[in-house]
Amino acid sequence: MPQASTKLACNNVWKLFGPDPHGFLNNIQGEPDPETLAEAGLIAAVRAVDLEVQEGEIFVIMGLSGSGKSTLVRCLSRLIEPTRGQILFNGQDLLTASEREMIEIRRHKMGMVFQHFALLPHRTVLGNVGFPLEVQGVDRARREARALKVIELVGLAGREHDYPRALSGGQQQRVGIARSLAVEPELWFLDEPFSALDPLIRREMQDEFLRLQSVLHKSIVFITHDFDEAIRLADRIAIMKDGALVQVGTPEQLVLKPADDYVAEFTQHVDRAKVLSVGAIMTPATDGPGFAGSLNVDDRVAAIAARVEAAEQPFAVIDAHGERVGQVTRHAVIDVLVGRELGE
Amino acid sequence: MTTTGRGASGTVNPSSAMVTPGFTWSPGRAFWVVAALVSALFYLFGKDWLPKWALSYPRQWNLPLKTEIGVFMNWLVEDATLGPISFQEFTRGVAWLLEWPLNAATSVLATGLMSGPGSSAVQLLPPLSWLAVIAVVVAMGHYARSRGLAALVGGCFLYLAVFGQWHSAMVTLASIVIAVPIGIVGGLAVGIAGYRWRGLERLLTPLLDLMQTIPIFAYLVPILFLFGFGPVAAMIGTIIYAMPPMVRITMLSLRSVPGELVEFGRMAGCSRRQLMWKVLVPAARPGLMIGVNQVIMLSLNMVIIASMIGAGGLGYDVLTSLRRLDIGGGVEAGIAIVVLAVALDRLSDAYARREPRSGSPTRGGLLKRHPWTVTCLLVVLGTGLAGLVIPAFQTYPAQWQITTGNGWSDLVKWINVNFYDALEAIKTALLLNVLIPVKRFLLAMPWAWVTLLLTVGAWQLAGTRLAALVLALCAFIIVNGQWPKAMVSVYLCGISVVIASLIGISAGIVSAPRPRLWQTMRVVVDTLQTLPSFVYLIPVVMLFRVGDFSAMIAIVAYSVVPAIRYTVHGIQKVDPQLIEAGVVSGCTRRQVLWKIQLPLAMPEIMLGINQTIMLALSMLVITALVGTRDLGQEVYIALTKADTGRGLVAGLSVAFIAIIADRMIAAGVARMRRRLGVDA
Repeated sequence: MPQASTKLACNNVWKLFGPDPHGFLNNIQGEPDPETLAEAGLIAAVRAVDLEVQEGEIFVIMGLSGSGKSTLVRCLSRLIEPTRGQILFNGQDLLTASEREMIEIRRHKMGMVFQHFALLPHRTVLGNVGFPLEVQGVDRARREARALKVIELVGLAGREHDYPRALSGGQQQRVGIARSLAVEPELWFLDEPFSALDPLIRREMQDEFLRLQSVLHKSIVFITHDFDEAIRLADRIAIMKDGALVQVGTPEQLVLKPADDYVAEFTQHVDRAKVLSVGAIMTPATDGPGFAGSLNVDDRVAAIAARVEAAEQPFAVIDAHGERVGQVTRHAVIDVLVGRELGE
Repeated sequence: MTTTGRGASGTVNPSSAMVTPGFTWSPGRAFWVVAALVSALFYLFGKDWLPKWALSYPRQWNLPLKTEIGVFMNWLVEDATLGPISFQEFTRGVAWLLEWPLNAATSVLATGLMSGPGSSAVQLLPPLSWLAVIAVVVAMGHYARSRGLAALVGGCFLYLAVFGQWHSAMVTLASIVIAVPIGIVGGLAVGIAGYRWRGLERLLTPLLDLMQTIPIFAYLVPILFLFGFGPVAAMIGTIIYAMPPMVRITMLSLRSVPGELVEFGRMAGCSRRQLMWKVLVPAARPGLMIGVNQVIMLSLNMVIIASMIGAGGLGYDVLTSLRRLDIGGGVEAGIAIVVLAVALDRLSDAYARREPRSGSPTRGGLLKRHPWTVTCLLVVLGTGLAGLVIPAFQTYPAQWQITTGNGWSDLVKWINVNFYDALEAIKTALLLNVLIPVKRFLLAMPWAWVTLLLTVGAWQLAGTRLAALVLALCAFIIVNGQWPKAMVSVYLCGISVVIASLIGISAGIVSAPRPRLWQTMRVVVDTLQTLPSFVYLIPVVMLFRVGDFSAMIAIVAYSVVPAIRYTVHGIQKVDPQLIEAGVVSGCTRRQVLWKIQLPLAMPEIMLGINQTIMLALSMLVITALVGTRDLGQEVYIALTKADTGRGLVAGLSVAFIAIIADRMIAAGVARMRRRLGVDA
């Protein structure tokens, strides 16, 4: 039974491509292994995926190309029909919804941003952003007012009468974002939204995205193949490989306890100071000569490094209730900064 | 080059089977060497050795398909019913429905609103004045692209007025104005249905193939039979002829709308209808507009042919002039068709490429928002009223007209007086040394032998399925007694295609690396492609009179374009890195061309030749008018006799030749691409 704050949950979702996947799944006992699948000429794009997206969190699905992440997100929005499984959106099973119901859900509760923007070439920025509202039957004056508001929100005010081809890639994706937000969706899918952009623009758009989320607090499913992007944006990350989830956890959990070598491969080159929190490197407090100051248990190491490093004394670490739970020494911070293994 | 390469690899790897450089002996190649020898023997001694049935398929073995179709058509017209109404009533109903808009358009553009029967009719309202029509097309040109285009289309229409072709041109334009929208809407509807239902598409594709390869004359016959003689029947023929590309392009451009866009539409919560009309169709618009352009061009191409079953206008003028051997008149009307075609082509092309302008919509009065529409309306009204007082505003005055008819006739006379011997010598030399031997050779081949060779070739290229298809299509031609005529068609087409390919590929090779030359060449090629096929006959008949030779020249001229275009495209498409690699390894320009560009461009070039063959076959039927004795003539005779069975059987035979050539070349190209590792 999903908790009240679970926005989207999926249980044992499968997507098989090939001849007669349903017949295959019905005839088999338990879970098929890759060999049996290959024998039947089937390709498992999504294998037995379970996940839960909480209200207001950024849930990132990270995987390399061909790992099935795009298929998975299309299963979640039912753009692709999963072969088996259950997808609960606000507790309602999407896979049993009729076409009509699905249209209503998509019109009012879901938004999606696409890798290659998917802007309508024959409509202006205003026309594109207003499109989802037009489809719902919102009258022109109201939808244009709303569209102008979201266009301003993404920083494109003044460009509303331009056609997409007149905009740069970054601006086009801003239109895509504005358009997906026009209907005020509860659940926001972003399918590699920044992958087609140049690195500098990508960075800028990530900041923009975080800014928007700090205002909007949507429940977000964000797809990327870039682990650094995932670390930067995610509340929780799901790592996908060959159609299955390898590990789900916060960036810090992934860095500290990678489930296997595959995940470790990704986490190894991450800037740990930005991922690890004070809580992860603190040691039990000693009643020594006193503390130089206090830190929150959730602070990122990178954010407090300069202060700790400059002080002679260790810092006290306090939790959300103001209780002292440990201390952080200059030595521990430097270990993180130079990349020494913890506890070495 | 390849042989030395093989030799080298042989020395490096002695276990390789191909150690000897040069010709390698495989069963496939051996078969063709033996086949060539056997064919030569048939050519030399076949007449004496072979039984008679081997050379000419016995008449008593024929299938009675021609007669059966005739009987069926009679039944259709006389006895068939669709529910309560008879089939004939149905066809008359269709004709009646189409007659209305056609009459309206003709009234507006050419004749004015008439009242009363026949020649005693009284004109109630005049048609649009020549000034008004020119104003409208100029406005459209300016709106669609630029002042330059406005000047071009304005000039084209002015030409029609100055050279006295106005009335006929407007009659033709009226039928185009009605036929084109019907063709577009119909094609779009069928195309959308094909996009929605995969099964329908599978059904449509071979049908479209057939419709595009079957000669136009062949389906004029049943139309004539069902709808009678007249402008409406001609228009129906035009629509049927012009629609298939629209269907095809609709399916293609809908399918090529990016998948993400469709997904976005679904995520936005579009219903199926909204997805089609708000996302798919607008996103596919550039592609669809190319289809529109195609429909217009094909309709114009049909103008002269449609006049054979009752369309008036420019086509009728050309046809009657040609029949009277009035060269001047034919050329003038022919040029008028070309001018009209150029104007409509450029105009529709500009609309196709037109991109809406950015910036906020203009506000203000009616005049400010629609300056061109208002101006046009004013000119229409103004010249209409002024025309009541001063006729020159209404109709271009006859005394200002220029005619070049006599000039053309004189020119032809002069050429014939001064160059008759030279032209005649060329013609005779080619006839004696190339045309006649090839024809003899093909006719000397037993039908079973040719069928065998084709089937084996198809099997080698693409396996059993293609072989079975080729065999079945050949069998159709044989059992319907069309074989000898088919061979004459193949000979005429074959020679023309070889010549057109040689000219086209060389022209392509020369112009591909020279951007400025290619720009000039492109204008020529574009113009050649806008010319209705019929127009090619006029100068040819003027210079060489009737016969196989004239037909060949016309076919070559008509079919050379794709060979040029695809060659240039293929060469330009070669990855520049490969050329750089060649240059760095010290290739001369010639070596770059022969060892890098041409081999890589080969698949494209083959596609060009394929198109050349298709155009050649479609021209073939039209050359029946200059007296060839092949399937084209058979179809043409059927048309004059309104013999549906005969026309369809011969028409299908032409289509089947085209399909055999097309499928075998396509299979060859696919094989070549696989070998080169390039995708389509």
